[in-house]
Amino acid sequence: MTPAPTQEPTVSVPDAQPGIQPAVTSETQLLVEPSSLSPRRRIVQGLLRSREFSILVVLLLVVAAATIKNPSFLLSSSGWRDLLLTPSMLIVLAVGQAAVIITRNVDLSVGSVLGLTAYLTGRLFIDHPGLPIVAVFAAGILVGGLLGLVNGLLVALARVPALVITLGTLYIYRGIVLSWAGSSRINASDLPPDFLSLGTAQVLTIPVLFIVALAVLGAVGYYLYTARSGREFYAIGSDPDAAVLYGLNVRRRVLSAFVLSGALAGLAGVVFAARYGSVSSDAGTGIELQAVAAVVIGGVAIFGGSGTVWGAALGAVLLVTINRALPMLGIPDFWQQALVGALILSAIVLDRVLAARQSRRLVEARDLP
Amino acid sequence: MTSISRRSAVLGVAALTAGLALTGCTKAATDSGAAGTGAATAAAKLSVVFIPKNLGNPYFDTSDAGGKKVVESLGGTYSEVGPQQASPDGQVQYINTAAQQRASALVVSANDPKAIGDALNQARKGGTKVVTFDSDTDPQYRDLFINQASPDGLAKVEVDGITKQIGDSGEIAILSASANATNQNAWIDLMKKDLAANHPNVKLVDVVYGNDDDQTSFDKTAALLQTHPNLKGIISPTTVGIAAAARYLSTSDKKGKVALTGLGTPNQMREYVKNGTVNEFYLWNPADLGGLAAYAADALVKGKITGKEGDTFTAGELGDFKVGANQTVLLGDPFAFNAGNIDQFTF
Repeated sequence: MTPAPTQEPTVSVPDAQPGIQPAVTSETQLLVEPSSLSPRRRIVQGLLRSREFSILVVLLLVVAAATIKNPSFLLSSSGWRDLLLTPSMLIVLAVGQAAVIITRNVDLSVGSVLGLTAYLTGRLFIDHPGLPIVAVFAAGILVGGLLGLVNGLLVALARVPALVITLGTLYIYRGIVLSWAGSSRINASDLPPDFLSLGTAQVLTIPVLFIVALAVLGAVGYYLYTARSGREFYAIGSDPDAAVLYGLNVRRRVLSAFVLSGALAGLAGVVFAARYGSVSSDAGTGIELQAVAAVVIGGVAIFGGSGTVWGAALGAVLLVTINRALPMLGIPDFWQQALVGALILSAIVLDRVLAARQSRRLVEARDLP
Repeated sequence: MTSISRRSAVLGVAALTAGLALTGCTKAATDSGAAGTGAATAAAKLSVVFIPKNLGNPYFDTSDAGGKKVVESLGGTYSEVGPQQASPDGQVQYINTAAQQRASALVVSANDPKAIGDALNQARKGGTKVVTFDSDTDPQYRDLFINQASPDGLAKVEVDGITKQIGDSGEIAILSASANATNQNAWIDLMKKDLAANHPNVKLVDVVYGNDDDQTSFDKTAALLQTHPNLKGIISPTTVGIAAAARYLSTSDKKGKVALTGLGTPNQMREYVKNGTVNEFYLWNPADLGGLAAYAADALVKGKITGKEGDTFTAGELGDFKVGANQTVLLGDPFAFNAGNIDQFTF
């Protein structure tokens, strides 16, 4: 809906006639004719002005502040590992959530999907000892994808807002876990040691789960940035009606966004079991809101059509890292939540301010002779 | 709807009672034939029905097995019945059936302090003694409550445990459940008092809340260790918290350097006791709890006690017990689980 300043094709720009208006200010000129700059300058400027860059700067500031206060935050082996490992699960969820939000939908059921697949992971290891770990990962992704398919079918076919549909499936999926698990829980001693060690295993000091998250991020990010069908996600989110009129297969894209989100939540469920080593029926409760928060902080517009999964992933890392750094900086437990809330609000306000400025400039450019 | 189901329940109970009465007759006949001379005690023959919150719950499997051992050693008959799901009124039908069978005592862990009250009082009118354990009803519905632990006992054993492990000096922290959990806060207050009075060199530097959520507790433990590099010990008086903290510690370079103790269950903690992350943690022993409930039931049935405050009775190897305020008997100090005994427990 609101074209982001830099990374979006300027589809809504009215026909500009660059050569004819020598009088316009340079900024407005750049707006309608970015190619007047050299490609290298455009890349550098685009990067510096992007939302992702500003989040990265905030993230680095937080890490720096925490490290100055307590060097082991970054410099000890556990500190470095936790810095990368702790956000891994939320990165996976945020990537899926971003893909859904970009199409102007939302998936609130991911926490319940995560809980279900996390419990499934434990049950598979208990009921089928000797099952290869890869098969359990595949099962988690598959079941998550199926649950996402249910969401997608309901949203795409029934034409009910995704907020309502996934709020419903949030409770339904959680109900399934509750009646399946009851008061029982999966304990670390139920899980094979190889699987548990995956939760902390490192390759060249980089945690394996973080590498998994990066692989997911890279694949989805590349697809959304380059593939034709990936760009259609943005077109649908910008203006669903226009996308239909243009002949895009809106239903199929929305469906695939939900399947992707479900499958990634399923993957996150397996990751949850490997990392935390114990699963109860309320695993992952409330994490859907963290995923939405990460996406919003990461600069994805809540009404779709703009933003990137890179931003969402950075938002996830920032959210988790701030939560870890605040107690170290002496902020009491009770204030931490409020600070996260302030972060979300400022991200949204920033969004509105930037969007308003952009549209004002576009109007100026149009109104010039 | 309810009237129909109630009627059918009554019919069911009636049919069941008829059936049981028939089988009971034949059994009684053989019993009296076999016992012969023991006519005087036959009237007070002990039959104890254990009603856990739900069946298939490893905790109650352990406690009821303890009760079974005691009942059988006293020459009584033991049985265990209960609902599949721990719903508030799911136990009512089992209480009614046991009362119809004229069981001499019921040992119940209540799913609800009030919902089963009428059924219990009905049973008591018929001469059945009612002992609650693990989870109490309101006092007017039972003869005795066997309390697994007192707040003071739990707080003290955890403070003693952690101070012993860290050599009675250094920084410690508490990982609790939620900030507004009444029992947790009561324990934490008692711990603070105990620390101030008896362990002047131990400093409580932080209390954090994991909300009894695996993930939150895990992350809070990580933050605790980061925030307080000199931390020497953590107390987590919640089963979810201690397991999550142990999971984090076991994968961190602080393993073995930061002591951890608190309240946990053997199944959740087995992994971490065996790999050396945790030396010792505490809870009551459910088998002893069930056993004590059985001894109390026996003492009530045989008329040795009436359940009023000040009554005393002997519970075999568990020792002597005194009935306290509100007709409550306290099991005693919490039980310490460690590498040496953890494999005897499966709850």
